[in-house]
Amino acid sequence: MTDTAMPNVASDAPAMTIQPSRKIKRNLRPSGGAIVMGLYLLFLMLPIYWLLNMSLKTNSEILGAFSLWPRNFTLENYATILTDPSWYMGYVNSLTYVLMNTAISLAVALPAAYAFSRYTFMGDKHLFFWLLTNRMAPPAVFALPFFQLYSSIGLFDTHIAVALAHCLFNVPLAVWILEGFMRGVPKEIDETAYIDGYSFPAFFVKIFTPLIASGIGVAAFFCFMFSWVELLLSRTLTSVNAKPIAATMTRTVGAAGVDWGVLAAAGVLTIVPGALVIYFVRNYIAKGFALGRV
Amino acid sequence: MNKTVNQKAWFLVLPVLILVAFSAVIPLMTVVNYSVQDTFGNNQFFWAGLDWFDDMLHSDRMWNALGRQLMFSAIILAIEVPLGIFVALNMPKKGFWSSFCLVVMSLPLLIPWNVVGTIWQIFGRVDIGLLGYTLDALGIDYNYTQNILDAWITVIVMDVWHWTSLVALLAYAGLRSIPDAYYQAAKIDQASRWAVFRYIELPKMAGVLMIAILLRFMDSFMIYTEPFVVTGGGPGNATTFLSIDLVKMALGQFDLGPAAAFSLMYFLVIMAISWVFYTVMTTLDKRDGK
Repeated sequence: MTDTAMPNVASDAPAMTIQPSRKIKRNLRPSGGAIVMGLYLLFLMLPIYWLLNMSLKTNSEILGAFSLWPRNFTLENYATILTDPSWYMGYVNSLTYVLMNTAISLAVALPAAYAFSRYTFMGDKHLFFWLLTNRMAPPAVFALPFFQLYSSIGLFDTHIAVALAHCLFNVPLAVWILEGFMRGVPKEIDETAYIDGYSFPAFFVKIFTPLIASGIGVAAFFCFMFSWVELLLSRTLTSVNAKPIAATMTRTVGAAGVDWGVLAAAGVLTIVPGALVIYFVRNYIAKGFALGRV
Repeated sequence: MNKTVNQKAWFLVLPVLILVAFSAVIPLMTVVNYSVQDTFGNNQFFWAGLDWFDDMLHSDRMWNALGRQLMFSAIILAIEVPLGIFVALNMPKKGFWSSFCLVVMSLPLLIPWNVVGTIWQIFGRVDIGLLGYTLDALGIDYNYTQNILDAWITVIVMDVWHWTSLVALLAYAGLRSIPDAYYQAAKIDQASRWAVFRYIELPKMAGVLMIAILLRFMDSFMIYTEPFVVTGGGPGNATTFLSIDLVKMALGQFDLGPAAAFSLMYFLVIMAISWVFYTVMTTLDKRDGK
């Protein structure tokens, strides 16, 4: 039967006979790339899965029986965090200073980035380089001086102190990222707008800002992230009122009997903000880390 | 883009200048201040000249920490860069799976650093961690709090887990900028896979790879939180890197003079590397004709 049918098909649509056979081959033999990626993603996900797994177990199950998934599924650990003020205030504090920092960083970085992308002025290159060195500065060097500076002006243990301290690396970051996006906008747009009678502020808000909206989003995201993941400075500058969630977690590790389930649940909750927006910024992650230069 | 000369642009930069000067220059001057003075407490300081710098340059403690630091940075670069390139070459080019890979790979980059430490601290424990338990079940004696080699392996694997994706994502961005015509030309020439990599992909990725290497070097050079949470710098001083040592000195023992001298030398090294980074960036910008 195949003997008679095959030539017909082949003569009628030669392209179509090739297509299915190729597809079958691909399905049967997965490519090397898929295997490599599968293994790599598994390596990335396993530790995170383990944290999630532990956060859904009771402490007795964590310490008692070793199991790959929770046998006695419980949300109690999350309930503990969301009802105990000493836990959930950590998140509120972190979010407060992170949002403050993002707002301040963007507000000062936008005009500066515009100046760097459009004009040359005395000392611009030195200033640009100096900003970069602050992005690269080790927080360990600044921990003690920051502690003394903010203590002496009475801002110790306030949200604004941490927000200002994080400006050390976030403002340079925002300037560099925004400059990278702004240089992609042709200068003719500015000139046309000025000819049309726009003043600088009106042009900046009405015309320029919408053009670099994605850049502002990326810069905001990275300011948020870098402030969110930082621990050394935020821990040094706070004690009670503005204590970040990260510091709350380290305290629990030091306690005599570690509450593993709650610790794991707290860890999972710190991953949530990043995981929520990750899909929207997926194409910009490399660009953001490379300071807008990829 | 040719820029116009405009000195008034300074007014646009002024807010950044004031803010960063406030949070960088003032603290840095405090450090300079401490580095040349000595104190017996009671806020009484007297001039010590360059004694602290001399002390630090002759202290085994700093050189050992620097040695460990350089070894750590060298090892993670040697693993993460080739692995990152390898992963980038195998990533799907488009469609659902490309997005899926990007999302999953970005996830470790966005986890707070102390949580990264916590994750691996738990993951490596013999009693409750998947990794530790598995190794133990296989009969391998693994204990990252007691054994120096195990501690190092744990810290390195953790860093590879945390940051390889960054190298991969940067390399991937470089790969995507290569026009299809290059590959077609290589196909006509019947170039081998290796030749395509060596003569097309690698040169085209060189710029972003340079950024990736410098970023990784820089960030690993000031790593603090992750190893601190996992090993606390131990066993002994085995994983006490520069930042951990500095924080111990400054905030733990309040040895202000030595810590300040240490900080300044640390910062100078960072400045030097930043300069290399800046040069690479500006050269790239010029080459791209922007």
